[in-house]
Formats: sequence, C-alpha cells, structure tokens
Amino acid sequence: MTPAIEFKNVVKTFVKGNGGIQAVLDGVSFSIPAGKTTVIAGGSGQGKSVTLKLVLGLMQPDSGQVLVHGQDVTRAKGKKLEQLRTQFGVLFQGSALFDSLTVFENVALPLRERTGRTEPEIRQQVGKTLAQLELTGHEDKYPAQLSGGMKKRVGLARAMQLNPSIMLFDEPTTGLDPVMTQDIYQLFAGTQAEFGFTSVIVSHDIPKIFNLADQVIILNSGKMDIFDSPEKIQWSEEPHIQEFVKTTMGKIYQSHLVEK
Amino acid sequence: MQSNFITRLGDTGLYVLTDLGKMTLFLLKALRGIFRHPFRFGELVRQVHFIGFGSLAVIFFTAASTGMVLGLQGYYSLNKFGAEGMLGSAVSLTLIMELGPVLTALMVAGRAGSAMCAEIGIMRISEQIDALDCMAIDPFRYLITPKFLAMIISVPLLTAVFDVVGIAGGYVAGVGLMDVNSGSFIYGMKTSVTNHDINLGIIKSFVFALLVVWICCGRGYFVQEIRGAGFGAESVSRVTTQAVVFSSISVLVFDYLLTAVIL
Repeated sequence: MTPAIEFKNVVKTFVKGNGGIQAVLDGVSFSIPAGKTTVIAGGSGQGKSVTLKLVLGLMQPDSGQVLVHGQDVTRAKGKKLEQLRTQFGVLFQGSALFDSLTVFENVALPLRERTGRTEPEIRQQVGKTLAQLELTGHEDKYPAQLSGGMKKRVGLARAMQLNPSIMLFDEPTTGLDPVMTQDIYQLFAGTQAEFGFTSVIVSHDIPKIFNLADQVIILNSGKMDIFDSPEKIQWSEEPHIQEFVKTTMGKIYQSHLVEK
Repeated sequence: MQSNFITRLGDTGLYVLTDLGKMTLFLLKALRGIFRHPFRFGELVRQVHFIGFGSLAVIFFTAASTGMVLGLQGYYSLNKFGAEGMLGSAVSLTLIMELGPVLTALMVAGRAGSAMCAEIGIMRISEQIDALDCMAIDPFRYLITPKFLAMIISVPLLTAVFDVVGIAGGYVAGVGLMDVNSGSFIYGMKTSVTNHDINLGIIKSFVFALLVVWICCGRGYFVQEIRGAGFGAESVSRVTTQAVVFSSISVLVFDYLLTAVIL
C-alpha cells in the first residue's frame, strides 16, 4: 500500500543571520502510513514546521522528493498542486481563521469556493459540522470574539469541510489550558475514528500526544529517529533521545534507567 | 575589505533583481486572476465602494483647494501680462493633464493603498494566505484581483471628479473672487482643451492606478521576504510605509515619463 506521505532524502537548508548555512533537514527519509496517526516531535527550530510546509508545497526542498500518495509535491505546479492540496486539511498553529469573516463564513468558505453546492446545502453541512464540534450558536461571531479553544475548533471544522484524506495539525494545543488540551485530543481521536483520515500532528506537547500516536518521528539536528511506539522512545539507548526524553517528559519517564 | 564590499554589492543586486522578478510574477498572477472562476463580483463591488466612494470626500476637498489655488496663482501670474482671459485654459489644462491624475493617485495611495497593504500583510503574517493556498483557493483570484480591478475602475473615475471639481474651484477663485470675465474663462477652457489632452489624463490615471495597487498589494503579500522589515506587527507597519512611499514616487516618475512620451 502506498504510504500517505513519503520523504526521500530531503535536504532543506537556511542561511543563518551570520551568513552560515544551517541544514534544518539533512537527508531525511521517512514514510507516514495511511489511516494512522503520526506525531512529529522535536525541540523548537528543529524543522517541524518546515516539514509541514514541504508536505503542502508551500516550500521547496534543496534536494530530495516529497511524495503525497505517490505523487511528487516538489515538482507539482498550478492545477496539479491545487489538486494535491485538496487532499489536505490543515489546522494552523494560530488557527489562521479569516478575521474579517464570521465563524459560519470561515467554515463555509472552502465549500463556496471549491464546490458548486447551493447555499441551502452549504448551510446544512456547515450547521452539522458546527454542531459536532459544539459550536452551535456561535455562527455569527468573528474570530476575535472567540477563545483560543473555540478558534481551534473552528479551524478544525473548516479543515474538515472538503473531506480531506490527510489532516495536518501544527502545534494544535499551544497556548491552551490542560483541560482544553485534553478536549482537543479527544476531538482528534473522535473525528479520526469517524472519518478515517491520516493524521499528522506536529507538536512539542509531550508526552500527552503520544497516547494518540501510532508512530513517532523525532527531529533532531537535521536528522530523525522513528519509533513505532511511545514506549520505545523511553527505552532508547541513544544519548540525544535520552536527553530529549529527560527535558520534555521529566525524570519520571526515565525511571527504568534508575532501576538498572 | 574590498571583497566584502563587492560581496555586499552583489548580494544587494541579487536581492533587488529577485524582488523585481517576484513583483513581476505577482502582477501577472493578479491579472490572470481576472479570467479564473468563480469571479468574486460581490467583493469587487465592495472594493469599488471602499476605494471609489470612500475616497470621494478627500478627493473633493483636495480638488477644490487645488483648483482655487490654481485660480488665484494663475490670475496673479497672467495678470502681469494682461492675459487673465487665459485663466480658464490654464486651469483646466493643468488639472486635466497633470494635477488631476497625479494628486488623485497620491491621495488614493495614502488612503486605500496603505489599507490594502496592511490588510494583506496581516493576512500573510497570521498564515491566512497560507490557509487559502492549503484550501487550494487561489489567493490572487480570491484576494488580490478584486482589489486590482476595483482600483483600475475607481481611480480614473475619481480623477474625472477631481478635474471637474478642480475646474469649478478655479472658476470660483478666478471669476468669483477676482475679476476674470466668466465668458472668457469658459471660452478659453472650451477652445484649448482637446481630446488628446483628456486622453493623456485618462491614460495616466489608468497607469497610476495599476502602479499603486500593484506596489501596495505586492509589498503586503511579500511582507515576510522584505529585507530589513523585521517581524510581526512592526514588519507590517514598516512595509506599509514603504509601499506608500514607493507607489507615490513611482507615480511621480511615471508622470514625467508618460508626459514626455505622449505629449
């Protein structure tokens, strides 16, 4: 079965402030299986958002290929790229809602612009999604009038409108309180079970996020490590992984090391 | 030291060329958006209302004061040669060929161009334009093209309003306040203004409209790629200032070029 997303030897470098060159991704290869949840983790500045932008074709790699359902995003242009992008639903870090449009208009936008549906059909579908995400009654509010958690839910509602086969979540819980974070994760698990999309979550909200993950990719200094279960990360012998576990999860997750 | 200077020169040269290239592609994509479906007619109407109708008051005021000053100044100069009968033709030609198009474009750049640049810049930094891209909605067709068309429709019309109000202002100052004969003012205007002069004014206003909307929208769109602009809210404010300055300067430069070529 073709993986949903595949990176083949991807290199992406940036020019640093002092004129030096930093390889954010240094020959990275991995694949993300369809219908599963993959978490991409790593400290800040380790290329998590760059990875997402490469997948979406918002950025081009220096070399290597990024395949989405077997098609190369890096060479796609115009209509082809548009067609590839319709397979994605994206929840942005800052939700990226259109702040001059109401909640209803935000969620209806992809339907209005990308489908030929009539206004009553759009009204019905948007109403249904908003009800699922407990947003009924907030249709006429503007994004500036919403709380952080509500914005995320509106962003999620908008991202789901065109039935994407792949959902990308960029730091979905940044800036939310623990209760809201829990709610958001339950929402992800619920919607994924219902719609069966492939989900890719970029996050540093560790370890909570690992409960959702079928596969974890940790980016570190341009390289990456893949783990098929969260436990394997904790048990890794690699020094940089141990360091990562210690700083992001706290000592309690390293208890096995003490026992040894 | 010398190689350092050369490196910096080359670096800046490359940056400027890349920037010009990006702006050219931006213009082409914005114009291509006219032919893409679905066309956002409602948004076009909203933008024409904002740029055109919204600028009427400021255009009216600028035109009236410019026309009146022209009337007084023209009278003062022409009176020295005993040629105050020429006031009508002097005022109307100056307004139709030069001041009308230029001042309208400058006022619109300050009022609507800055607003467009800031709006697009904020949409860029808050990832709203990326979101459009990701939903496979062409940001040019959706966002930029309606602004281009609205500007190209509104500015020539505003220029026409400017010309009429300005000439009326000149008439009030020259005939009403000074002692120029009403008949000779209107006769001078009628005989000296030709279709060629009016065409020049119209061509200028189209070109200026395109320059202002292109530079203002383009600067906002590339806000994150402009050197020295900084980040976040500050970058938007700096780039907006830069957009208004650049578009005003290019209006003045193109005014000279068009006059030299067409006159």
